[in-house]
Amino acid sequence: MKLKWISYPYIVWMIIFILLPLFLILFYSVTYNTSEGLGFTLEYFQRFFEPIYINVLWRSFKLALVSTGVCLLLGYPMAMILADKELKNRNVMVLLFIIPMWMNFLLRTYAWMTLLERNGILNSLLGLLNIAPKDFLYNEGAVILGMVYNFLPFMVLPIYSVLIKIDKNLLEAAGDLGANSATTFRKIILPLSIPGVLSGVTMVFMPAVTTFVIPRLLGGGQFTLIGNLIEQQFLFVGDWGFGSAVSVIMLILILISMGVMGKYEKEQEGGGLW
Amino acid sequence: MVKFIKRFYTSLIFLFLYAPILVLIIFSFNSSKSRGSWDGFTLNWYVEMFQDRQIMSALYVTLGIAVLSSIIATIIGTAAAIGIYNMNRFNKGIIMNLTYLPVLNADIVTGISLMLLLIFLKIPLGFTSLLLAHITFNIPYVILSVLPKLRQLNKHLYEAALDLGASPLYALRKIIIPEIKPGIITGLLLAFTLSIDDFVISFFTTGSGVANLSITIYSMARRGINPKINALSTIMFLSVLTLLIIVNKRMDNTEEGDN
Amino acid sequence: MEDQIINLVNISKSYGGSEALKNMNLYIRKNEFLTLLGPSGCGKTTTLRIIGGFETPNSGRVLFEGKDITDVPPHKRRVNTVFQKYALFPHMNVAENIAFGLKIKGIADSDIKEKVKKVLELVNLAGYEKRSVNSLSGGQQQRIAIARAIVNEPEVLLLDEPLGALDLKLRKDMQFELKKIQQHLGITFIYVTHDQEEALTMSDTIVVMKDGLIQQIGTPEDIYNEPKNSFVADFIGESNIVKGKYIEDFKVAFADNIFDCVDTGFGVGEEVDIVIRPEDIKLVDIAEGMLKGKVTSVTFKGVHYEMIIHSMGIDWMVHSTSMEQVDSPVGIKISPDDIHIMKRVI
Repeated sequence: MKLKWISYPYIVWMIIFILLPLFLILFYSVTYNTSEGLGFTLEYFQRFFEPIYINVLWRSFKLALVSTGVCLLLGYPMAMILADKELKNRNVMVLLFIIPMWMNFLLRTYAWMTLLERNGILNSLLGLLNIAPKDFLYNEGAVILGMVYNFLPFMVLPIYSVLIKIDKNLLEAAGDLGANSATTFRKIILPLSIPGVLSGVTMVFMPAVTTFVIPRLLGGGQFTLIGNLIEQQFLFVGDWGFGSAVSVIMLILILISMGVMGKYEKEQEGGGLW
Repeated sequence: MVKFIKRFYTSLIFLFLYAPILVLIIFSFNSSKSRGSWDGFTLNWYVEMFQDRQIMSALYVTLGIAVLSSIIATIIGTAAAIGIYNMNRFNKGIIMNLTYLPVLNADIVTGISLMLLLIFLKIPLGFTSLLLAHITFNIPYVILSVLPKLRQLNKHLYEAALDLGASPLYALRKIIIPEIKPGIITGLLLAFTLSIDDFVISFFTTGSGVANLSITIYSMARRGINPKINALSTIMFLSVLTLLIIVNKRMDNTEEGDN
Repeated sequence: MEDQIINLVNISKSYGGSEALKNMNLYIRKNEFLTLLGPSGCGKTTTLRIIGGFETPNSGRVLFEGKDITDVPPHKRRVNTVFQKYALFPHMNVAENIAFGLKIKGIADSDIKEKVKKVLELVNLAGYEKRSVNSLSGGQQQRIAIARAIVNEPEVLLLDEPLGALDLKLRKDMQFELKKIQQHLGITFIYVTHDQEEALTMSDTIVVMKDGLIQQIGTPEDIYNEPKNSFVADFIGESNIVKGKYIEDFKVAFADNIFDCVDTGFGVGEEVDIVIRPEDIKLVDIAEGMLKGKVTSVTFKGVHYEMIIHSMGIDWMVHSTSMEQVDSPVGIKISPDDIHIMKRVI
């Protein structure tokens, strides 16, 4: 087919709406604007390394890492159960697993507010047991819970899609060669599922480290994460230069992990998850 | 024993996933405004929700943007996928990497960068800017849905059509498009749902009082809990569920058709 | 020139630096069954695609009845193609597939129906109009692909390894049927295959290709009996190829002996390749043999035995209907007209 030209509208669109915006961010992050005109500066990037902002980065990483770890611990066994060859109605089970994910992200997070707030359902249940109400909301735990709840399917589905492709004959061969089920898991299943795990880890870690909705709603705003920092700079402080610099740093982190992941996803040629 | 553990674990995970949603739905029928206790059945919140002008206008914005952006993104994205499929390895590699960028990029960076662009191009923030932003983040998903279908295609189908006298555009219309239709429809539905679901990018690219449901929920939720949101959740959940069941039925049917 | 339908003049084609066709010249006569034969990567499919209009040559011209069609797009050429994996349109039924080309030409529906019916009869699938193409077997799909092409009454039909995906039995039947269809229609078939046996069975003319160059053009008999070089000899059937030296006209030396032969015109003392077909070597009593050797292996091949005879440092492959015991001493006899002398290919 010699139909390359019909992709040109997209290419034009992409240049205007994907490349140009990223260029603008980059531009704002290294320039200052005074009455005398534009100038080059690295001041915004330097400012990011002040303790207060490095702390924000550190806290974002910490919460995202903990959430990713919890997702992996909860998700891997779940993926194994879903990928079990003897499972009946597997498609229904997988669908059931996906459905909550299609519910509006804001509503899912909001749902936990209802459950956890001071006169919410959890505390009423505790009240029935004569336990004094506790503050479940507005702490790190609530933020991690929100992240795990929202991103768990992103961990389970990639692992599941790798596990389901493992040839059953491999497991039988391992058994035939004398491996017990623990050894088979350690030596065969686990190594073969690594691409799925890596993909899952990125897909959970990336949105977790950049979210600003979850800390705002469940953390009550006192948990400034890197996403909140960017939001503040643009919407409240009006410091576009610094906000852009933080965005650029985030973008670089994403590009690095994209490069790492790219190595493992070559065989799928991308888009396998969707 | 192993079976029991598996079942128990699965039930726990599903409880974790569904309990919050079920609580939302149940309490949308609660006559008391407090969430702690059940005071009796009511449909009041639904009535109030439908009378709330803010929510209703957000609903129209959401649906309008979702319909328009998914259709436009599907047209541009399908054409793009066909073009990309016919590129040489090198060009394909560059374009695909750029296509992945908005998919993998943090929504907040995409949102901020689009906001800067809109301001730079002096496009007023409102319905149009929101639509442009949604089309932008939807196109890559359409491309990623259509490309696998193109790869499955017998390479010679297009040539066979030309060989039998079809012009390139006729062959595209009568052979290629019908063959990749399942991918196009998947892309369209995916784009539609992503558009309805989006909060972060919309948050930064809208303005002058135009808000979609996500933005409305966010601003309401920040002020505390509001049973009207519960009613809205129930309706949205049921709509998504219906849509998913239809899609699934469709996919089952086309799979059978393929065999 | 009168009966030539297609002329390829000085055609060259390369893909990203590697040359697929090197200055190729070929004419194809009306109503002949011409086969392009060679190993994969020899340029045979490229040649076909250039004739079909799916590739444009880097240089050279394609003439159709004397008119230059090099830049005519495929949908405006009077040739049709049967593709390797059939390329039937999966979302259309049998009749819709066959009618595709006719509809574009604007032929009336009633005529289309009639033509579809006739062509289905021709390919022995009468009554299959409403069937889904996905429900057909490989052989049936193949017939539909042929029907879809020939219903347009092309003057030239191009076939790109059309039988490659079929099993052996079906392939044999289809070879016979294809030949019949070609004779019935009286049009030119250009057939691409890597299967020498298929080429020998069906063709009027065979073009043997290697590395983008034509090695030999001839009738199946010519190609088999008088291969021009050791590549052709080796590719067409099995051969013993040994190094030899041309002594003088009708005399050649190999395997430390001098043999009578029927060839002339090589240089005295020239290094040459000697090709001898396995079925042309006769095993005789050791005393009567021109060469003496020992049987090292015997394999039953159905119609004949394949034996390897070690003699004068060479392993000779011999096909015979009678079997010798392994390790038994035998004599080898070759008649002069079975010794083919060819220029040494380096």
